[in-house]
Amino acid sequence: MAHGPAKGFTRWLYTTNHKDIGSMYLWFSFAMFFLGGMFALVIRAELFQPGLQIVEPNFFNQMTTMHGLVMVFGAVMPAFVGLANWMVPLMIGAPDMALPRMNNWSFWILPFAFAMLSSTLFMQGGAPNFGWTFYAPLSTTYAPPSVTFFIFAIHIMGASSIMGAINIIATILNMRAPGMTLMKMPLFVWTWLITAFLLIAVMPVLAGVVTMMLMDIHFGTSFFDAAGGGDPVLFQHVFWFFGHPEVYIMILPAFGIVSAIIPTFARKPLFGYASMVYATAAIAILSFVVWAHHMFTVGMPIAGELFFMWATMLISVPTGVKVFNWVATMFKGSMTFETPMLFSIAFVILFTIGGFSGLMLAIAPADFQYHDTYFVVAHFHYVLVPGAIFSITAGVYYWLPKWCGNMYNETMGKIHFWLAFIGLNVTFFPMHFSGLAGMPRRIPDYNLMFADWNMISSVGAFLFGAAQVVFLYNVIATIVSGKKATDEVWDNPEGLEWTVASPAPYHTFAEPPEVK
Amino acid sequence: MSAGTYYVPEQSRLPIWASFGLFLTVFGAANWMNGSDKGPYLFFVGGLVFATVLWKWFSIAISENMAGMNSPQLKRSYVMGMQWFIFSEVMFFAAFFGALFYIRTLALPWLAGEGDGVDNPLLWPNFTAEWPLMTTPDMALNGDAATRLGPKDSMTFPGWGGLLGWLPLWNTIILLSSSVTVHFAHSAIKNNNRKSFNIWLGVTVLLGVIFLILQAEEYIHAYNELGLTLQSGIYGTTFFMLTGFHGAHVTIGTLMLFIMWMRSMLKGHFKPDDNFGFEAASWYWHFVDVVWVGLFFVVYVFG
Repeated sequence: MAHGPAKGFTRWLYTTNHKDIGSMYLWFSFAMFFLGGMFALVIRAELFQPGLQIVEPNFFNQMTTMHGLVMVFGAVMPAFVGLANWMVPLMIGAPDMALPRMNNWSFWILPFAFAMLSSTLFMQGGAPNFGWTFYAPLSTTYAPPSVTFFIFAIHIMGASSIMGAINIIATILNMRAPGMTLMKMPLFVWTWLITAFLLIAVMPVLAGVVTMMLMDIHFGTSFFDAAGGGDPVLFQHVFWFFGHPEVYIMILPAFGIVSAIIPTFARKPLFGYASMVYATAAIAILSFVVWAHHMFTVGMPIAGELFFMWATMLISVPTGVKVFNWVATMFKGSMTFETPMLFSIAFVILFTIGGFSGLMLAIAPADFQYHDTYFVVAHFHYVLVPGAIFSITAGVYYWLPKWCGNMYNETMGKIHFWLAFIGLNVTFFPMHFSGLAGMPRRIPDYNLMFADWNMISSVGAFLFGAAQVVFLYNVIATIVSGKKATDEVWDNPEGLEWTVASPAPYHTFAEPPEVK
Repeated sequence: MSAGTYYVPEQSRLPIWASFGLFLTVFGAANWMNGSDKGPYLFFVGGLVFATVLWKWFSIAISENMAGMNSPQLKRSYVMGMQWFIFSEVMFFAAFFGALFYIRTLALPWLAGEGDGVDNPLLWPNFTAEWPLMTTPDMALNGDAATRLGPKDSMTFPGWGGLLGWLPLWNTIILLSSSVTVHFAHSAIKNNNRKSFNIWLGVTVLLGVIFLILQAEEYIHAYNELGLTLQSGIYGTTFFMLTGFHGAHVTIGTLMLFIMWMRSMLKGHFKPDDNFGFEAASWYWHFVDVVWVGLFFVVYVFG
């Protein structure tokens, strides 16, 4: 293999290097994060006051839909894959990913898929407007023509995810350095191994459900049409069979990142390593048998309600194991509070809040009150924003010096953290109240009684958006003109990635390291 | 494992072109379905680009292996890649089998008024659940004005008397035999018996083609004589989607095995201890076979 990167722009088009591909994933995700964020700000601007001020209701629906799709498939998932690309080979002492060309293919599908998805905004009839969960018949009988492009975009980004996941599994199972036994792997590697399994198991089901939609729309089948003997509820079952594991796909790698960062800044080894591994596996297995808790009000038999309620509550056991382990890791540690640690501690606290509201939603009879209200919006934003987004941010601050060789500006990192932390709580905490008071999701206008909480949420959203501009500036400033970082970067951190130079050479571990 | 032996390929133009070809294919398909004249052209040009890239990609992978660049460790990566790809295919079929199960076991009885729901008998009076579903809820409600019509006849088990003339039975026999013949071919190449390998693999490809011809015959029969089409309510939907996706996979599998056969016949590829290209195709073939056994029971025998 060549010693350094190729020259010119085509380096990025033709690359087979896991670090190049990881960087492209991360930048792509960053761009999508801002795009999805702008959609969110359109939503919050409209909801600043009751009444219709800025956008038409149909366009509002397109914004909620595109915000969800872009954030889930364009921002969070590619960011985690980017981190996996950069870090998994470094953490297990592998020279690269197992299948480097397929790795590049997985990435380059995404810009095409999202160009096609975004182009629907300019199509006749507008972009998809049926919510990111695209329930039939809204997404079939009553959908705009652009739904066909949405379906094919989902198909190819699914192909990208499956190939990415296959690559990660093959890398982890086949490419570990001698002595790196499974139970010595860093937790980020473990959580990604399990996440990759989930991806391969459920992305094909997503492909299946959009195919059923396509057939109903264009070829006269009756999957979701009761007149022909089908059932719109079938859509929800198939979708959520994908959808629930999907939400764990967006959180398990986050667990891995936080499990790497907290020990470093608590200066103690991770508490309960083995139990962390087993808890992750337990969460993944349970994720396959809880899907209908998204559908408690759809008219399921009582036995179904009860089964999915109890199965859902069971998940809090392994999740609790994790939260207690993180707390125990910090207990009596000599802690310092650099930016990655701040984001990680906020992760533990705020993700737990999101977990608790999830537990409330899991109670089937209570869910009849919460269902489709802003309480649900508050819940999943509390697990996704301080969960997925904060962990990714923490990971970026933690590993950025290793990637580019320069140290980020700590003061600016802390400013970013506090703006984001305050902004996110101001945005999403009031949604619990407006939701409990009965404000429905996905509406451009609302009853006057919800006005105060909505105004506060909107102010918080713009604050959170501003915080991310600080983040972007900090990252660019670090790469361009940051102070030189040491090879270890932090105070005696654990893991093979800290044994290579900063910035990490273009090729690492061509000779596998010996792991004791 | 010796140090530094894992082959990390140089820069490659394949992935970006594969992405572009894939994009053009689906973009063309979407335009086509939405009635744009440009759609078919984009679709076929995209498909051509994609197929060309795949051809090139596989030939590069083959020549790398023959040049001895693939360490045993790299070969394991390919093996794992194929295994997990097949797992993803299993899950794709699981979605459609699951849909069929849900419709037959839960949705139709509920639509006919079973269970806790009170609204369905009001929405669809006179509807009775049955499988195969010949009378759709629309027909039960609207009679002659209905637009969602069921089939006139179904593909279900004709009874023991008609057993020998029953096409699905022959298709099952053909596909099960082909799994055996591909296994014979595998054993032959492991024993370095090239002639026997070529014969058994050729027989397998032939059986695959016969299966596809019979399947086409069955579809023609369904459309022309049974009034059973893709639009025949949920029965037609599930019947054609399950057997159709299976048929598409048989087509791909036959093509894969045919290419392996040509490689052996024309180029003398595959060695007793190095034949993963063939082995991967044979795994795929066994997978397609297992799916058929599932289909045979839930779509035909207990259909």
